[in-house]
Amino acid sequence: MAEQITNKDIAREENLVFKRTGVLTDKVMHYCPGCGHGTVHRLIAEVIEEMNIQSDCIGVTPVGCSVLMYNYLDVDMQEAAHGRAPALATAIKRLQPDKFVFTYQGDGDLAAIGTAETIHAANRGENFTIFFINNGIYGMTGGQMAPTTLPEMKSSTSPYGRDVKMMGNPLKMTELVAQLPGTYYVTRQAVHTPRDVRKAKKAIRKAFENQKLEKGLSLVEIVSNCNSGWKMTPVQANEWMVENMFPFYPLGDLKVDGEMAK
Amino acid sequence: MKELKLLKGNEAISEAAIRAGADAYFGYPITPQSEILEYLMAEKPHERTGMVVLQAESEVAAINMVYGGAACGRKILTSSSSPGISLKQEGLSYIAGSELPCLVVNVVRGGPGLGTIQPSQSDYFQATKGGGHGDYRLIVLAPSSVQEMADFVKLGFDLAFKYRNPAMILTDGAIGQMMEKVWLEEQQPRMTEFPEWATTGKKPGKERRIVTSLDLDSAMQEKFNRKLQEKYRKMEENEVRFEEIDCEDAEYLLVAYGTSARICQKSVKIAREKGIKVGLLRPITLFPFPKNKIKEMAGKVKGILSVEMSAGQMVEDIRISVEGKVKVDHFGRMGGIIHSSEEIVTALEQKIIGG
Repeated sequence: MAEQITNKDIAREENLVFKRTGVLTDKVMHYCPGCGHGTVHRLIAEVIEEMNIQSDCIGVTPVGCSVLMYNYLDVDMQEAAHGRAPALATAIKRLQPDKFVFTYQGDGDLAAIGTAETIHAANRGENFTIFFINNGIYGMTGGQMAPTTLPEMKSSTSPYGRDVKMMGNPLKMTELVAQLPGTYYVTRQAVHTPRDVRKAKKAIRKAFENQKLEKGLSLVEIVSNCNSGWKMTPVQANEWMVENMFPFYPLGDLKVDGEMAK
Repeated sequence: MKELKLLKGNEAISEAAIRAGADAYFGYPITPQSEILEYLMAEKPHERTGMVVLQAESEVAAINMVYGGAACGRKILTSSSSPGISLKQEGLSYIAGSELPCLVVNVVRGGPGLGTIQPSQSDYFQATKGGGHGDYRLIVLAPSSVQEMADFVKLGFDLAFKYRNPAMILTDGAIGQMMEKVWLEEQQPRMTEFPEWATTGKKPGKERRIVTSLDLDSAMQEKFNRKLQEKYRKMEENEVRFEEIDCEDAEYLLVAYGTSARICQKSVKIAREKGIKVGLLRPITLFPFPKNKIKEMAGKVKGILSVEMSAGQMVEDIRISVEGKVKVDHFGRMGGIIHSSEEIVTALEQKIIGG
């Protein structure tokens, strides 16, 4: 009889086929189970590792659920005031043009309080990358209506559903920003299936690599869920996102290499 | 070698910033300080020193660019006038709360609201008491000449970096717009090495740098606040600056800064010609405030008149310093009106000597 193979025999360096990227720290993430933030954080970290730019990266975190992103990503980071990340990133990139600079912002941060900073940084063609996580709600403050909350969608400040006559329409910032001459790459992705995760990672990599070309801003929107804010289970939230968010915020490239996608 | 030029106060700020080796200026136009940005754009400092100059989309964006640049360990300047400075307060609170250095120029105009475009000193409270949310202070320098506008740029940057705290030059439309001869320092090189806290990219084997003012643990947040307060006490011990004019034999004291102090110099002469022994104390740092000097003077004079182009703001700090020892009153004009030397003497006679 052959010798018994133990776990110790299996867990050897030469058998290793997958490990967590070293650009993520060991800190346990505070995100709700099923939330997309953790996945997007890991994709950004993996791309940074694969491009070998950890020592050349400076990130800017927003106000919102991902305010503590700097606890999880092992790169130099600045914490912006609500909505102002593109202003910080403008200065960082102009003062250190050889660095890879990115902001990570939610929908309230980027599309409500920070609308001016987003549009003007994009229009100036600032040469950094924006990661925009759109879950249609203010998650951290307890599920209030966001600029991206869908018509009729319920939130704690639209408890009977978003009445667009009274509360205004959802803002499609990504479509808006794609029109501006200063943007070079604008795309909308998701991370709810392995296939989408792989596509999103490619987009994140392209957005980082574009910084070397110095041709303007790259923006990657990730349509994500907020199962606790939406008051659903993680599975229900993903299903609801596919059925309701994707028709309003269709996935795919809006602008590639400075040209509007067909 | 130093160089002599005839410049507006606002232009002197810009030229001094280039020469001090500033790394960037971010600002938004507003009267009466737009010459600062105009001069910088015309001078092409990116060719002279590599300095970045950018016209932002708002004062809010500008101060947050300052924040981002300051967090990279660079010397960053911004400027505005009263309504624009109000918009910068959130950013200044973050910069102070993240312990970052920067220099902010406020060329004050009359308020409140949109107010006037004429000179005023009605932003004293906002400048010296913090201005934004939370327990923090700015280092506040008050120039009274175009020469000091230039000199305080380097001083402001030096103090800001020494204490890792935003510094402000608090001036007004009169000094910003008037032309005087000014000796300019020779060109200093821009920094090539940056402080260890600066976000310049994580070095292999070293800890990453995180610039933030957030601490969800209130015990840690209080500890941090105590550290800030300790820093402000150190400023009060080490950085108080003032000028005394005819104070030795003074029986009455005028206290005034900036434009008001220049006008008060003439008032001192007029009063002395009338046989009234008046001295002038000119605070140069408004925070830290020269409270010990004023307390000392309170033991020597019969009364103190605070002269400000406001409804009376600095007078509160004088009263606190004097501790009720002598009579303190205020005289000032508002809304962009500048007092005359004569009406200051009349106010002294009526409010302090006769009152």
